[in-house]
Amino acid sequence: MAFVNWFRRNLVVIAGLLTLAYLLLPNVIVTVFSFNKPNGRFNYEWQQFSTDAWKDPCGVAGLCGSLSLSLQIALWATLGATALGTAIAFALVRYRFRARGAINSLIFLPMAMPEVVMAASLLTLFLNMGAQLGFWTILIAHIMFCLSFVVTAVKARVMSMDPKLEQAAQDLYAGPVQTFVRVTLPIAAPGIAAGALLAFALSFDDFIITNFNAGSTVTFPMFVWGSAQRGTPVQINVVGTAMFVIAVLFVLASMAIGNRRNRRKA
Amino acid sequence: MSTLTEAPPPLTPPAPEPKKPPRKRGRWTPYWLLLPGILWLVVFFAAPMIYQASTSVQTGSLEEGYKVTWHFVTYWEALSEYWPQFLRSVAYAASATVLCLLLGYPLAYLIAFRAGRWRNLIMILVIAPFFTSFLIRTLAWKTILADGGPVVGALNTLHVLDVTSWLGWTSGDRVLATPLAVVCGLTYNFLPFMILPLYTSLERIDGRLHEAARDLYAKPSTVFRKVTFPLSMPGVVSGTLLTFIPATGDYVNASLLGSADTGMIGNVIQSQFLRVLDYPTAAALSFILMAAILAMVTVYIRKSGTEDLV
Repeated sequence: MAFVNWFRRNLVVIAGLLTLAYLLLPNVIVTVFSFNKPNGRFNYEWQQFSTDAWKDPCGVAGLCGSLSLSLQIALWATLGATALGTAIAFALVRYRFRARGAINSLIFLPMAMPEVVMAASLLTLFLNMGAQLGFWTILIAHIMFCLSFVVTAVKARVMSMDPKLEQAAQDLYAGPVQTFVRVTLPIAAPGIAAGALLAFALSFDDFIITNFNAGSTVTFPMFVWGSAQRGTPVQINVVGTAMFVIAVLFVLASMAIGNRRNRRKA
Repeated sequence: MSTLTEAPPPLTPPAPEPKKPPRKRGRWTPYWLLLPGILWLVVFFAAPMIYQASTSVQTGSLEEGYKVTWHFVTYWEALSEYWPQFLRSVAYAASATVLCLLLGYPLAYLIAFRAGRWRNLIMILVIAPFFTSFLIRTLAWKTILADGGPVVGALNTLHVLDVTSWLGWTSGDRVLATPLAVVCGLTYNFLPFMILPLYTSLERIDGRLHEAARDLYAKPSTVFRKVTFPLSMPGVVSGTLLTFIPATGDYVNASLLGSADTGMIGNVIQSQFLRVLDYPTAAALSFILMAAILAMVTVYIRKSGTEDLV
């Protein structure tokens, strides 16, 4: 009876942890199979333990090239989307202007549109313009779909900012530029950083829009997609595992730094 | 759309500067801030939509070029040929959304109310998989659901597969290349998009409301039904939208985990565009998908009464 009661009290915890397991299971598989030595071309069945792939992550033709291309595109797309998106967010929160409703829907719609639709329509435009598909068309597309997410992230932060702080700066004879650089920007920074991180993750991992607008250029997700047809090298799992570990370490480190800073303040 | 065509506020003759202390800001500043980003969205998001609409009523061929001939028959042909894929997309995406809600709610609840000092760690574990390319993680499901693997073996022993085969969700002893595998992959891929909004709205709930409900002798289930769940509605609405919309247009899960019989509308659009090169049909299909989703989303938001999502 005690067990039944305990079970009922903790039912939600058990269900939640099961969901968490469901979310993490594929990552476990990816990690385990990065140490596999498959028999055929596909890395779906466990054969034997080996660290070959970890010793030679670039051993597959095209993999590291696509990875570095993806990083470059993600970096530029993040820069572009963050700059454009931050400006829009400030305008939306701080100023009055015309056609606010139209602008709000223009920003909301890309987030509410299936990627396939955006990808296909952008390709029609590029084809009609006779644009050469490749690096630049991918970059244009990535900035386009990251933009709205940056606006949302920055807007949330700027909205919760106390305008009195800026007024105080101006009362203390700070010019508009000085106020912006020394007061506004530092306070908005976490929002901008969140938007930038989101843009980077979205751009780096994007497949559907890239697949339409890349021409013969191969980004990392496109490399993985191609290998799902031709044969999956173990190195893909190595990259996936490394990315997961780096991301978790990065987050843990930034949390530790944040904690220490808070403690020092307290 | 009218942002750029609309004339900016007319330039008035140098009126005496109104006294509006303490802030004096140029009336043009917001427009300069908006201009580059909005221009980007107009040229690369809005204009392509219109271009696509015009492509869908064109006729012609790749060699001779296309002309707008108001050939609306394309829509009829596209719908009559590909309605099974449309239906499948909606059915798969709806099942995945319901599953996401059922699976995601307990986890969001756990993070919001029961995790204590583990909250941050669990949060990281929910987000971290994002940093491994979703294609790699989707491919991992091929291993998990492999024929003769432990999962399929267990389902077979429990005779679950008999039931799902009878329902048409799986076929024989296989899970891979069946609707069940596709829905499973969709659920997995979009689960974090359900969990995060749910968590945000659950976390905002004032704990004292729960106490008040308990003080009034509400059973735990009643507290949930009358207090927690209604207050988490904004999260439920935005979570279902964030799951359903991308899931409907997805073709990755259907290609990697499904078979020819589980093709979704995204698969059709993709192959029409990139392989068959039948642009009018592809544009028409994509336009129908967009219109259908916008219509469904509008109705859903009206019904659930949370219009200030944006």
